[in-house]
Amino acid sequence: MQPAAVLDEVVVAVGRGRRGSGEHRALDGLSLSLAPGRVTALLGPNGAGKSTTVAVLAGLTVPSGGTAAVLGGQPGRESARARVGVMLQEGGLPTGARAEELVRHIAALRGSPDTAGPLIDRLGIRQLGRTTIRRMSGGERGRVSLACALVGAPELVLLDEPTSGLDPRGRAIVAEIVAELRDRGTTVLLSTHLLDEAERLSDDVAIILKGRCAALGDRDTLSAGALDTVSFEASMHLDLTSLCDALPEGCRALEVEPGRYRIEGPADARTLATVTAWCAQHGVMPRSLRTGAGGLEELYWRLTGSDGASP
Amino acid sequence: MSTWALTARQAGFDVRLLLRNGEQLLLTLIIPVVLLVLLTASDVVSLGQPPGVPRVDAALAGVLAVAVLSSAFTSLAISTGFDRRSGALLMLATTPLSRTTILAARSLATLLVVAVQVVVLFAVAALLGWRPAPGDVATALMLVLLGTLCLGALGFALGGALRAEATLAVANAVFLVLLVAGGTALPTTSLPAPVAAIVGWLPSALLGDGLRECLAGETGPGGLPLFVTAIALGAWMLAGILVARRTFRWD
Repeated sequence: MQPAAVLDEVVVAVGRGRRGSGEHRALDGLSLSLAPGRVTALLGPNGAGKSTTVAVLAGLTVPSGGTAAVLGGQPGRESARARVGVMLQEGGLPTGARAEELVRHIAALRGSPDTAGPLIDRLGIRQLGRTTIRRMSGGERGRVSLACALVGAPELVLLDEPTSGLDPRGRAIVAEIVAELRDRGTTVLLSTHLLDEAERLSDDVAIILKGRCAALGDRDTLSAGALDTVSFEASMHLDLTSLCDALPEGCRALEVEPGRYRIEGPADARTLATVTAWCAQHGVMPRSLRTGAGGLEELYWRLTGSDGASP
Repeated sequence: MSTWALTARQAGFDVRLLLRNGEQLLLTLIIPVVLLVLLTASDVVSLGQPPGVPRVDAALAGVLAVAVLSSAFTSLAISTGFDRRSGALLMLATTPLSRTTILAARSLATLLVVAVQVVVLFAVAALLGWRPAPGDVATALMLVLLGTLCLGALGFALGGALRAEATLAVANAVFLVLLVAGGTALPTTSLPAPVAAIVGWLPSALLGDGLRECLAGETGPGGLPLFVTAIALGAWMLAGILVARRTFRWD
């Protein structure tokens, strides 16, 4: 089947030196394709180009190089706008509008006013009443913005960090909705920072780094390529040099986030025993101790490296 | 949905938001109405109307110019600036609305708000004793339409180029200056002659003096015939459109 969207060697140059000199490239030869009816998670550190990718697919940003196609044609053309639903990261809601009237308005513009009601109920938008967008919390705006992206039953849905700012219940609803969209055969691009969310909701994964696609493929295939790991959580800034010395040859210890540790190497009984023994010696309690293939998370950290992490 | 239907629907939505906004209402309705009453009731300032013409005729002409300036220029520039910052213009551009449709709808919404202003100001003026001749009113309405398009183009040029806060500051400052010395509420004949000769060609004064000419029989310092006024307003409109086409940013 034809992909729902294809980006081929796309370049987006921005800002002629507002911060410093020279041309900055938000996308630098990014290639990506979205398989129809599948959920693709778009991962990458801040500034990697996730939002720009969404903007190109939505037809909001015209690439300065490469080619982009959405539903078999130019992104942002009239027939594409009618079939693509977009949730922008900043929400992009008119500040003087009320939630329900806005969702109903967008549904009417999309020619299917009937699709507004169910989403209004589902996302708790009726409860927002006469409050204008200006006075809403980030999470409330997120719900309105999501509803605006989903009205009119689009064939392709682009969601730029839909769960940021949402409470756990809001996140659960988004997860449910994404699963339903997939069941219905909708193609979804889900940009997110949450690796577990990506792992749970996606069929395919794209990891982008510095404006290029560093990994793209089926989630399970990509995860299978991940290295064996032992991971645990403990207090921050343990002495990793001492731990590395204790570990068998060929093992590497990393603090991937403050207080989260990973040992890469053979995840066997010997490694595990060494880790627990070292912890006991140093009075450290290893919580959430896990072994096995590191999955998406290990792959992400390996590809993005320590300098790929957000500041 | 056809482009026309989309434009109409979006314009309706824009009007609803505009009329609900308290600050905008203060600017577009309350200030002009208060000004109309004050200028009619008090004769501290000269409105330059010829002998025998009631004060309200000249006051209404000036206040109509203020009203158009407030909604077509100031309010449009500010809302454009803030809708760019919030990303609302981009979000709308991902719906079936094309970019042209979005701007056309916003222009149509502005015209509708001006229509509301005109109706309210005509009603208040009638209460204050204004008795218009039908021919003059038709000419005045044509000028109001042209002035709205002209100042609207300049409003888009401003709101589409600067940051939201800068737009807010500049649009309000320009409004205040033109309200006092831009040939809107008060005729350019009240200004020193050399200043008046320049100010008379600003869009605000072209509109204000033009309206005073049709509604109160006044002639401005240059004594511009109405068709020259119309051509000059059209030229400003073209300039606004050309600038906006080059500098308008959607984010």
